[in-house]
Amino acid sequence: MATSVAERKLTMARAISEAIDQAMTEDPSVLVMGEDVGPYGGIFGATGGLYEKWGSERVLDTPISESAFIGAAIGASAEGLRPIVELMFVDFFGVAMDQIYNHLAKNYYMSGGTVKHPVVLMTAVGGGYSDAAQHSQVLTGLFAHIPGLKVVMPSNAFDAKGLMLEAIADDNPVLFAFHKGLMGLGWMPSDDQAAVGVPESSYRIPFGQAAVARPGRDATIVTIGAMVHRAVRAAEAVRDRIDAEVIDLRTLVPIDRAAIVDSVRRTHRLLVVDEDYRSFGMSGEVAAIAAEEALDYLEAPIRRLAVPDVPIPYSRVLEQAVIPSADAIEAVLTAWARGA
Amino acid sequence: MTADEARAMYRMMRLIRRYEDQMAEIYVEGKTPLFSIAAGTVPGEMHLAAGQEPVAVGVCRHLRPEDAVTSTHRPHHVAIAKGVDLKRMTAEIFGRQDGLCGGKGGHMHLFDPAVHFSCSGIVGAGFPPAVGSAMAFRRAGDDRVAVAFAGEGAANQGTFHESLNLAALWHLPVVFVIEDNHYAVSVPKAGSTAIAKNSDRAAAYGVPGLYVAGNDVLAVDEVAREAIARARAGSGPTLIEIETSRLYGHFQGDAEGYLQAGEKDAWRQQDPIPRFRQMLMERNWLTAAEDAEIEAAVAKEVADAVDYARQSETPDPSTALTGVFAAPEVSQAS
Repeated sequence: MATSVAERKLTMARAISEAIDQAMTEDPSVLVMGEDVGPYGGIFGATGGLYEKWGSERVLDTPISESAFIGAAIGASAEGLRPIVELMFVDFFGVAMDQIYNHLAKNYYMSGGTVKHPVVLMTAVGGGYSDAAQHSQVLTGLFAHIPGLKVVMPSNAFDAKGLMLEAIADDNPVLFAFHKGLMGLGWMPSDDQAAVGVPESSYRIPFGQAAVARPGRDATIVTIGAMVHRAVRAAEAVRDRIDAEVIDLRTLVPIDRAAIVDSVRRTHRLLVVDEDYRSFGMSGEVAAIAAEEALDYLEAPIRRLAVPDVPIPYSRVLEQAVIPSADAIEAVLTAWARGA
Repeated sequence: MTADEARAMYRMMRLIRRYEDQMAEIYVEGKTPLFSIAAGTVPGEMHLAAGQEPVAVGVCRHLRPEDAVTSTHRPHHVAIAKGVDLKRMTAEIFGRQDGLCGGKGGHMHLFDPAVHFSCSGIVGAGFPPAVGSAMAFRRAGDDRVAVAFAGEGAANQGTFHESLNLAALWHLPVVFVIEDNHYAVSVPKAGSTAIAKNSDRAAAYGVPGLYVAGNDVLAVDEVAREAIARARAGSGPTLIEIETSRLYGHFQGDAEGYLQAGEKDAWRQQDPIPRFRQMLMERNWLTAAEDAEIEAAVAKEVADAVDYARQSETPDPSTALTGVFAAPEVSQAS
């Protein structure tokens, strides 16, 4: 850390907007554009206060034209700007995916490294508040699948600030996904654990470095985003029976293979927890890494908890049935503690 | 318009035509007697722009190297007119290591940042980046402009409408150029587009919309000059649609069964290059000797580019695994 952690607790929303503000102060080429990022301050507060400070030349409300304004970030970045583009919900990216996966992600490679796109795509992910199938997805696996995009998802305010400053400084396109339930919004169920001490100074957290959210010896839980806190709570609940380590990946691309492999080699058990869909995503990828590099160390089959390949349902009880819960994590740990 | 300027435009049109005819010849190398898209000196799809020279030349002659251009899956004419390095462009089309993109892009994905040129194989995809370049130019406070080229089929894409609205809303220095070559692959304009002229769609966004009929380079020149000057002056975007013709098919190997009888013959009879030559000669702006000199000069320029491409090595296969991400910035530890 650049400075010691003063006990100035910030919500994740405040930490993100503070990071953007500092980047805008340091670099006049940084600007923010998207839907409702101006006077409203972002639907989830990630751009709060920026419009008042920087004005409409650097904080631009856009029409609801996602292909146009995400695609505009391609041309703007090629010509020297560093746009941060917010698209409210990750669920809304469908209409703009051509600009993202055929252009933004690929132009550096296709151009033989001559065209760079330092663009941050910022978006809200996740459910838990009955917003149903088109407003509750995580979908980070979809972006992580595409070569050329980095994918970041902080679990707390400290990481959110450092990862955002790193994302803005990176010369590549970065998808910065924040979980709505971690932002500290008064009108949304929010996890208190995400609001932590955040230094006032500018600091960066390198991509590809997982954090140990809870050290442990008997099992490894690899997870990211809001699920980190559920995993820690579950691990604490069963601490007398099994000592589980919780690894917060913080970035999916690049992924910290060494952190996964080292932990599994020590604990001999792996549970992957992901709020994204189960198949063909992060949980499978992490399991594959363990199978490739730590198979001989495993004493139990790898377990996965993720959304079981169904759309996110509306009704509260239905939604709770599909998003991984602390109870479900605890159940896996308990079974292991019993010697399963 | 001076005689020198007109001759320069004519020369550029001849260069493009020579290039496309040469590509058509080279494209079949290694593909006979059985055609395989994957075989030969130049594999993959090949979309040639012979016949569409007036669009590229009439517009790009008003652009500077630092102005940005986005083009399409059919990009050679615009690339050449914008000043893309012909040798390295040809090496890229050949998939060689000295290509603009080291062989990673190919004919539909040419990038030359030295002249701010890029293109995309996705229909309608060039509008949003052009708007973004224009944003950057305005923010830089200079008079650079961006031009997005696209076919008439692309005007039915959401990107066209979203981008034109955004450009108009923000009053950006960008010009949209629709190349109306009558067909979107095989579908005629009347079968895809609810109105006769896409330029009329400009009214929906409160910007000037101009249609240039006749595939006439001087008419294009006039309209483009005004639109680009308007953008440079900070007066906002313009939509231009230019009637043109596609003298080869959609792609090389296209049997063109969808054309009406005699349609292509009519286009050939209206070939913009002989027409322009005749006009220049009538005005005494071009002599037969000068014409022959131009023919020899462009032939040599194309031959040199092809030689350069043939002599360039194929890329080291290991380079396929590099260059996905730009090198990370030096990051301070947290």
